[in-house]
Amino acid sequence: MAKHSLIALVEDRPGVLNRVASLFRRRGFNIESIAVGHSETPGLSRMTIVVDGTATSVEQVRKQLDKLIDVVKVTDITEDGLVARELALFKVKSTSATRSEILQIVDIFRANIVDVASDSMMVEVTGDEDKVDSLFRLLKGFGIREVARTGRIAMARGAGGPIVVEEKPKRARPKRVKGAEEISNL
Amino acid sequence: MKLNGAQILCESLLKEGVEVMFGIPGGAVIPFYDVLPEYPKLRHILTRHEQGAVHAAEGYARALGKVGVCVATSGPGATNLVTGIASAYLDSSPMVALTGQVARPSIGKDAFQEIDITGITLPITKHNYLVTAAADMAGVVREAFHIARTGRPGPVLIDIPRDVFIEEAEFRYPDKVNLRGYKPTIQGHPAQIKKAANLINEACRPLIIAGRGVLISRASAHLKELAEKAQIPVITTLLGIGSFPESHILSLGMLGMHGMAYANMAVNAADLIIAIGMRFDDRATAKVSSFAAHAKVIHIDVDPAEIGKNVKVDVPIVGDVGAVLQVLNRDITPKNHVEWVSQLDEWRRDHPSTVIRETDDLIPQYVVRQIYEVTKGDAIIVSGVGQNQMWAAQYFEYNRPNTWISSGGLGPMGFELPAAMGAKVACPEETVWCIAGDGGFQMTIQELATIEQEKLAVKIAIINNRFLGMVRQWQELFYERRYVATPLSGPDFVKVADAYGIAGLRVTDKVMVTSAIETAMEHQGPFLIDFQVEPEENVYPMVPPGAAIHEILEEPRKEARVV
Repeated sequence: MAKHSLIALVEDRPGVLNRVASLFRRRGFNIESIAVGHSETPGLSRMTIVVDGTATSVEQVRKQLDKLIDVVKVTDITEDGLVARELALFKVKSTSATRSEILQIVDIFRANIVDVASDSMMVEVTGDEDKVDSLFRLLKGFGIREVARTGRIAMARGAGGPIVVEEKPKRARPKRVKGAEEISNL
Repeated sequence: MKLNGAQILCESLLKEGVEVMFGIPGGAVIPFYDVLPEYPKLRHILTRHEQGAVHAAEGYARALGKVGVCVATSGPGATNLVTGIASAYLDSSPMVALTGQVARPSIGKDAFQEIDITGITLPITKHNYLVTAAADMAGVVREAFHIARTGRPGPVLIDIPRDVFIEEAEFRYPDKVNLRGYKPTIQGHPAQIKKAANLINEACRPLIIAGRGVLISRASAHLKELAEKAQIPVITTLLGIGSFPESHILSLGMLGMHGMAYANMAVNAADLIIAIGMRFDDRATAKVSSFAAHAKVIHIDVDPAEIGKNVKVDVPIVGDVGAVLQVLNRDITPKNHVEWVSQLDEWRRDHPSTVIRETDDLIPQYVVRQIYEVTKGDAIIVSGVGQNQMWAAQYFEYNRPNTWISSGGLGPMGFELPAAMGAKVACPEETVWCIAGDGGFQMTIQELATIEQEKLAVKIAIINNRFLGMVRQWQELFYERRYVATPLSGPDFVKVADAYGIAGLRVTDKVMVTSAIETAMEHQGPFLIDFQVEPEENVYPMVPPGAAIHEILEEPRKEARVV
């Protein structure tokens, strides 16, 4: 079992999210997160779906997804070396005594304060799940009132895109750039 | 040319070559029915229940290889289609289901007879549509038929709000479909085909398993060429029956839970399985982990999602069965597998799975065999689900494609009568026999009225054992004969037929069987025979649930072995 990031390019039509979500349910998968937004092609949306599963079972669900008429292309980019990000908002309890400590932590994580009230602050953070999780753990001590996370969006590294909309004889595989470290981990 | 939505729908159906629809009107579809008289080339057959309409559309589709069309109104009309749509989905039958919907302003208001049928049918259709403007109608119908009949066929539902039927729009039928998310692979990958050919050429005990994909792709001739060229024995799945002539010396009949013992033994002994247009259903494979344990597997299927779904495959080939076989056959070297074939012959001799035991009792196997004898095999057989289905599959010899129509994947009892009706509409020149159980027959018995009204000469054989037979068999074998809720009283079927204006006969004795079948055949119209058979007859061979495919229960009685 491992976390897989599936990227689906889908027609931007009513009901498509339902079709995709229903397929995961039917095949017994729990979607850990799903993020949807516009893609580079007009009329197509891009979904990033994170699921837990064995390589073979995820491959089966990928193929089932590909069968949906409104799904143009699905790629499992887990193995390809990817950049994954999510955005989170935390509403943290704060007092005059704790405010500066919170600010320090936020600064270390290159996060931002986006709202301040008398007894709380709203923190905005971007990064991979690990980073968001660690900031959450650190802020938890101060008391967290509310959490909102977008779920993962992801993209394969390198020049090639994982997604080919028009049929080509060979599927373009994303090239993994050797030595490319995730420089913005924090 | 400005037309209203209903007219656009009719024009579009004609463009798609539709000749017949099965359906029932209702509030939401009145505007559609209202324009039907303007289109005399569209024949509408009024069924007595929407389930009858949808099964009839599937029977029609399977007999002819054309898209079957059914129509229902919104709400209950639409939900009554669900069972038949699911059947078409699981058996990959091309179908377009048209449903009415409440008018657009009422959608989402829980209006009278409003139901979210596109939501309900999401997991059982290949695709579905809600038409939100008359201007979209032609394009949707074009796409729907394209999706239904290409690639791996399946049902497509089009939900049409009442006011869209009335709204006017310009009619222009699109000549091309452009679906960027739907481009089925037809040609197999040449390198994969090469690999498969090599495996076939090297194999000592190769075995072909042919499924419904062969029939859908109309590839029986290519299959025969492959089998004969390399002398490979052929077994079929339940739905693959008819794809390879059962009279052929290389035919081993059907595999699976009630397959021929020797076919199942062959699967276990083979060193190469060539699976063609089949999906390794659990009723075919039995315990999947020990299926074809000594064999490499080549899997040819048009649906990439079937590859590796149930069984690990060594050489997958995604493509249309016919297109793939055509290329593959060129790379096959002629070969004999004398040892292997004679081994199979020996098993066939020692385990005669379809020998009818000698008895004076009226047993169902004998009834089916006599239908075969009297029709000389020249008939379309439409079965129900359960014991009658298995006997009909086992004791009739199928030598032509599309002469066996049975719902294998879903297994809905009540399929037989309406599907036989659809098959007869599709092929009026053919003899159509509906082989029903007394349980299933009572689920769609009302279609006798449709058969009478449309003067459809369907011949009906009820295998009447006064039990829900297959469940009773499981209770006998695995639940210590606790017959809970399986004994079944039925009406006097001959009287029922008579009440519907259909001629019939009751057969209670073996000596009456042949003459009754002959009477039915000579009779001009529909005819029903109530065969009152031995109530506790079992279907053998049987692979018990959970057992491996070669762990076969054969008929236990001594008389079973008649040489």
